[in-house]
Amino acid sequence: MERTKDCMESYEARIHGGFPGGKPDVNDPRVLAWLIRRSGLEMTHLSRGSHIASVLSVAEIIAVLYTSVLKVDPKDPKMPDRDRLILSKGHAGSAVYTALAETGFFPVEQLKTHYANGSYLSGHVSHKGVPGVEVSTGALGHGLGIGVGMAMGAKMDRASWRTYVVLGDGECDEGSVWESALQAAQYGLDRLIAVVDYNHMQSLTTVEKTLKLEPFEQKWRDFGWNAESVDGHDTEALKAAFDRAKDNAGSGKPYVILAHTVKGKGVSFMENNILWHYRTPQGEEYEAALKELEALRP
Amino acid sequence: MRDAFVRVLTEEMERNDRIVLITGDLGFGVLRPLWECFPERMVNAGIAEQGMVSMAAGLAATGRTVIVYSIGNFPTLRPLEQIRNDCAYHNADVKIVCVGGGFVYGSLGMSHHATEDMSVMRAIPEITCFTPGDPAETEAVTRAMLQMPGTCYLRLGRGNEPKVHPSAVKNWVFPKALALREGTDIALLSAGGILTQAMDAAQRLETKGISAKVVSFPCLKPLDEETVRELLASFRGLVTVEENTVTGGFGSAVCEIAAEEGSGCRVRRVGLRDCFATVVGDQQYLRQVYKMDGAAIAAEAEALYAARRVESEE
Repeated sequence: MERTKDCMESYEARIHGGFPGGKPDVNDPRVLAWLIRRSGLEMTHLSRGSHIASVLSVAEIIAVLYTSVLKVDPKDPKMPDRDRLILSKGHAGSAVYTALAETGFFPVEQLKTHYANGSYLSGHVSHKGVPGVEVSTGALGHGLGIGVGMAMGAKMDRASWRTYVVLGDGECDEGSVWESALQAAQYGLDRLIAVVDYNHMQSLTTVEKTLKLEPFEQKWRDFGWNAESVDGHDTEALKAAFDRAKDNAGSGKPYVILAHTVKGKGVSFMENNILWHYRTPQGEEYEAALKELEALRP
Repeated sequence: MRDAFVRVLTEEMERNDRIVLITGDLGFGVLRPLWECFPERMVNAGIAEQGMVSMAAGLAATGRTVIVYSIGNFPTLRPLEQIRNDCAYHNADVKIVCVGGGFVYGSLGMSHHATEDMSVMRAIPEITCFTPGDPAETEAVTRAMLQMPGTCYLRLGRGNEPKVHPSAVKNWVFPKALALREGTDIALLSAGGILTQAMDAAQRLETKGISAKVVSFPCLKPLDEETVRELLASFRGLVTVEENTVTGGFGSAVCEIAAEEGSGCRVRRVGLRDCFATVVGDQQYLRQVYKMDGAAIAAEAEALYAARRVESEE
């Protein structure tokens, strides 16, 4: 009976259960970041999916964007003057799906269909059938270029909305990222804001041992961008950085925030452990991760 | 074809201020009238085709029709994944325009021979592919393309091609094939700028007493299957002609229909046979070497016609 009851429990109740009245304050970036982690664990567990460590890494970046930065409306996802967000590191798609569901773009219950046959929530973020997602990604090195086009279109229209692109650090191995970086600078797209989830790890090993990016901030500056580095898990610091990025409009240069993060952040045995780029949390590992996340509940 | 395209585009850009052109740092003289008339709607993306095509998809997402202009393989093979993921999957209103399909830039060498683009672009879902055969067809398909939503590919030849159609193609119905010459013994089906060679072949066949029909297919995808079926039913032999590999391109598309129809008609394909052009030469020279000029097409058609006659006598 107990098992049956457990299975009958809704996904939402499972995730929200520990909050007062079962209602988390999703306007608080620390709460939304926690929900992104918690749902990320649940979604990759249920689907036997990958990339949990990337989701844990990008949690605060996405949470701050949806709580404090983006001008978007869940009741009108296609609002013409909305800000555009592109998750260029599409493999962290479950972070965006969670943020969208928790802020009312679609029911939280739908998150349990991540990776499922017949659902819309593919492993890499998809716009088809998912309100609030602008662009489908997954192949790396595409998002910044699409963002350049959007920001250019906004500039031609003299519109005030901004374009945000979240990149991975490993993704910056792609030559196309740097083509787009040059193009953004050339066309003075100062309402284009890129954020790099700089967790210093990629698929097989560290960034340092793969293709070195340092001096990374200087590289962006050399490509004609304004750049700053920030602690990518400090929601207040991120918020302040986004404020500076917004104030950058008028400078004639695009803006990049290098958000220093820890891959696998929040689950001790996943942190900086390359295994968890692909490994799926199951059995005792799932239970242990759950316990650690519960201890972090804000 | 290039000039016809620029002329029509200029007219359409005058009418529609949501059309933007992005060039990959090419078209110096050709695009000049556009730069002069619409400087605020012309973007030079630099020699950075992947960024260029992603940029086009993003610009299209702001409610624009975006023309991506480059030459040879640069707007197709180089940014292929951007075309597939960013444009086609998002039904982005992006029109990719290649100047120099086939051996137009023959003497420049292999890098500049666009000889697989038709096959590759045809394979990608939700892209409409245009292969006009002369300036008149270019004008008709360019107008049609600029009216339709979604991602399109327009494969052009060069400037100053001879006219094949005696006058403008009026009221062209997408995606219909266009008959240029009637005939009863065999049919030559052509896609793209090699149409002149198909016409030349028909002329040569006539001197040998073989009556050849010539049909141009200015739209490769969707293909005018109805016309292909009619030709399969009316002729005992068809020869397809394309300045492209015979693998996966126009000839393949016709053969797919022929095989599915199970008709008694035989199809032979003229085009590059799984090889690169390695000798140096201009367009016509390479067509001759790689057996896709008028003489070679005529020889292929004659052989097929003869074979079919022997078969019918047996």
